[in-house]
Amino acid sequence: MKIYADHAATTAVSDTAMAAMLPCFQGVYANPSSLHSPGQRAAEKLAQAREIFARNLNAAPREITFTSGGSESDVQALRTGAALGARKGKRHILSTKFEHHAVLHTLKALEKEGFTVTLLDIPADGVVTAEAVREAMRPDTCLVSVMFANNEIGTVQPIADIGALCREAGVLFHTDAVQAAGHLPIDVEAMHIDLLSLSAHKFRGPKGVGVLYARRGVALERVIHGGAQEWGKRAGTENLPGICGAAAAFDEACANLKEHAAYLTPLRDKLIAGLTAIPHTVLNGDPVRRLPGNINVCFEGIEGESLLLMLDAKGIAASSGSACTSGSLDPSHVLLALGRPHEVAHGSLRLSLDVDNTPEEIDYILDVLPGIVSYLREMSPVWDELETGRRPHLI
Amino acid sequence: MALYSDKVMDHFQNPRNVGKMENADGIGEVGNAKCGDIMRMYIKVDPKTQVITDVKFNTFGCGSAIATSSMATEMIKGKPISEALKLSNKAVVEALDGLPTHKIHCSVLAEEAVRAAVKDYFDRNGIPYGDELQDCAGHCDTCGHGCEA
Repeated sequence: MKIYADHAATTAVSDTAMAAMLPCFQGVYANPSSLHSPGQRAAEKLAQAREIFARNLNAAPREITFTSGGSESDVQALRTGAALGARKGKRHILSTKFEHHAVLHTLKALEKEGFTVTLLDIPADGVVTAEAVREAMRPDTCLVSVMFANNEIGTVQPIADIGALCREAGVLFHTDAVQAAGHLPIDVEAMHIDLLSLSAHKFRGPKGVGVLYARRGVALERVIHGGAQEWGKRAGTENLPGICGAAAAFDEACANLKEHAAYLTPLRDKLIAGLTAIPHTVLNGDPVRRLPGNINVCFEGIEGESLLLMLDAKGIAASSGSACTSGSLDPSHVLLALGRPHEVAHGSLRLSLDVDNTPEEIDYILDVLPGIVSYLREMSPVWDELETGRRPHLI
Repeated sequence: MALYSDKVMDHFQNPRNVGKMENADGIGEVGNAKCGDIMRMYIKVDPKTQVITDVKFNTFGCGSAIATSSMATEMIKGKPISEALKLSNKAVVEALDGLPTHKIHCSVLAEEAVRAAVKDYFDRNGIPYGDELQDCAGHCDTCGHGCEA
């Protein structure tokens, strides 16, 4: 059996998205900036795509800017908030410790440019509270950036509450909605969102296409300089095939939000129940306030990369936050922020499901995983120490 | 290109000499759980010939940590201690048809595990040894365990 359970990393392009893209490669291939008729046909398609994103986010088309993906959208959003703040003499940015690196590393860069950054601690359930945001807010805070749903542990943040308090305080609010878009309902008006990033390949659109929503009146700071595309705010000839595919995928995903969540939630909960039944295993993040397809657990006494390789050999594609898989010495900053000790964080596993995953696949994973965990624990000197009492169990 | 060579995958999927050894003559443990890899190596030594007659390992770590442990045990099994001490991390990497750059420290751990097991055997038997058998072979550039920090 071949099971793809890494949909939070990326997804396959849907048939609908493929169908929307194909005509743009050889048919409607002209440059949307061109004055001639073929160019204007391309411009029309671009406008339609923009309208689709606007409609599904409850925004206006003029508020939608196309980018190369989630990272670029995050960078431009933060740089916009920072630049607008600096003009008013406000140089404090408030965010959280478990943001995506696109946010965290940009904030690091902004710190070097003279901004002060506060990163909120993450509670044990992986859900930041609006109250914590309120308490950390300062008179010179110019921007709050809190992700909609975490990319590793899938916990969903109280975006509407945070948005409301930012609006009240007159502070710009950005949310990195890369994991949430196409999976959870988003209403930028009701949630008081000023800036929002999303990425098409997380909801069965193509890679290399992102959207940056910026509320009317929030003047975007240029990051990519050049031509006058996207109202002069993002240069470069538009990736029309990608954008059309992204829009089709988003439309489809948003139309099926409820059905997809209703299908995925029981599968997710079955996996969580089955995996946490393995001794010394813990679920990372709140069991309920999480994305419908996200499962993230830590197994004590084993290391994530070897777990992934064993799963791969059984046909299961998954992901881990171990140091070895992150390519650095430290395990996932998300799990560390959640309070997991290093040695526990190394043994993490993320399974992310989508509607093409079947109940039979869930059964197969539950069939195979406990044996792999026992095998690796059997081989592990750490497990030996845990079991013989020379090392205390942490979970 | 795959992350690991076929040899690495073979030793990861079918590790040789894996398991605990009862009544080992020397046990060496290196690495730490915080960093994500620990190797424990057990050796059985013939007191007359000083030949390593049996070797076993337990490893907590990534695919290459398990594969280098397995390969290192194969390379010292049946060899005199003097030869086992000459095992270099480079030889382990070569025997595995290479490792990705960021995994070289695993081979260093394997080399150090062998040395730690031999050192333990020497200590238990009152056999003198020189400075070269330190707890750490000093591959600081590839190890990355941050001892200096």
